[in-house]
Amino acid sequence: MTEQQIFPAPMVDPETKEFWDATREGVFLVRYCRTCDSAHYYPRTICPHCGSDDTYFEQASGKGVIYSYSVMRRAKVPYAIAYVTLEGTDISMMTNIVDCDLDNLEIGQAVQLKFSKTVDDGSQLPTFTPL
Amino acid sequence: MSINGKAYIAGAFEHPTRKAVDKSLAQLHAECAKGALEDAGLTKDDVDGYFCAGDAPGLGPLSLADYMGLNLRHIDSTETGGSSYLIHVAHAAEAIALGKCKVALITLAGRPRAEGMATGTAPRNYGANAPDVPFEFPFSPVVANMYAMCAMRHMYQFGTTSEQLAWIKVAASHHAQHNPNAMLRDVVTVEDVVNSPMISDPLHRLDCCVISDGGGALVVVAPEIAKSLNRPLVKLKGAGEAPKHQMGGRIDLTYSGAAYTGPAAFAEAGVTPADIKYASIYDSFTITVLMQLEDLGFCAKGEGGKFVADGNLISGVGKLPFNTDGGGLCNNHPSNRGGMTKVIEAVRQLRGEAHPAVQVPNCDLAVAQGTGGSLGTRHGSATLILERE
Repeated sequence: MTEQQIFPAPMVDPETKEFWDATREGVFLVRYCRTCDSAHYYPRTICPHCGSDDTYFEQASGKGVIYSYSVMRRAKVPYAIAYVTLEGTDISMMTNIVDCDLDNLEIGQAVQLKFSKTVDDGSQLPTFTPL
Repeated sequence: MSINGKAYIAGAFEHPTRKAVDKSLAQLHAECAKGALEDAGLTKDDVDGYFCAGDAPGLGPLSLADYMGLNLRHIDSTETGGSSYLIHVAHAAEAIALGKCKVALITLAGRPRAEGMATGTAPRNYGANAPDVPFEFPFSPVVANMYAMCAMRHMYQFGTTSEQLAWIKVAASHHAQHNPNAMLRDVVTVEDVVNSPMISDPLHRLDCCVISDGGGALVVVAPEIAKSLNRPLVKLKGAGEAPKHQMGGRIDLTYSGAAYTGPAAFAEAGVTPADIKYASIYDSFTITVLMQLEDLGFCAKGEGGKFVADGNLISGVGKLPFNTDGGGLCNNHPSNRGGMTKVIEAVRQLRGEAHPAVQVPNCDLAVAQGTGGSLGTRHGSATLILERE
């Protein structure tokens, strides 16, 4: 925890601008589909599960558990990459576990969203930290 | 309609270089093409179909057909990373079966060492137009940690151990000692692997493949041409190809696309895993091998660790000899794409032209299995069943 990761500015496109704009307000959005009543990640306008275009964003609780992770030891600043399964959904997202002891992570561990600032002024990335 | 028996692999060539500072990328492709055509007893003027993937420079088949002076009536540049070349074999058979070509050339080449590429430890940005990139690249997914997350989950769910994974490298090293071109020829032990530096938990340095320059080529021909050549007959019996991805977030890291492509290829070939005498299994990392062996049906899901342990993959020792050239783990991983060399070593085995120390006796049926892309996020899987006639 001595050195912090430096995160690049988000790459914003028209389809996901709403997601990135929300991060500036500290809001983490997940995309849902009304037709098949399910969540997906990363967000798309057309549901990858059922093909419906009746999709919408909803704020997520930010709670989750680690599905899998790995600590990259051969980086200038070692970091933990992970898939976190989001509470109340069957979906997992790629993220980093931050502000943690890199040697004491485990699959199944409860984590909480903690936005990380990027080099861009204002935008943030959805990262997680142990509860 | 089936491609079973519709095409034969008549030529195969693995470039001997492992570091090609003094060669151009196009030159490597052409040297591989020349090698495979000479192996088949054909010339470039016999080629009427050409296949290449994302490693090819410029406009792929257009640039290389121009460079090599090929006169073609069929081209295909299907790109699924390291598994592309197995898919090319299957597509060549399809094209031959439909009369679109008779002599198909497939080439691969690359020089990541000469270019100083940080192959496994630097994030690759495929560009912000790739829809996944904005949601993944900022978190620094690199090749090593993507495969590592699969290994971590496999260990959690099935009790697989680092020592079991290490046996895969040990087996590859036993084979590589007989290959004068292999990058790593020293026989290693389980202890050597688990005591090597950690790259990305739980994968150690010796769980990873080599980084090498070089390439390879294959010549796939119509049956009547194969039978006119003075080479052993290696017939394509079955093939499967499919992507595996994140399923909209319903992620399951415990299996590979071989779970789709293995059953399809075995069904087309009309054989089962129990019939296989030799297996070429893409080995970017030890975990890649373990998952594909399970998914192809050589053992039950979750039993891969026990299956690979105690030398079961060593030729002359275990039940399933694999990657007898030393594989990507010890021999060669040209252009960071290991599918081509998987097919080449399977052809050597079926011809009886593998090194005598690793040649499988009466090797008449082999599988070549490839993945390309990233095992954790999205990859292309391809399976070929090959038979000596």
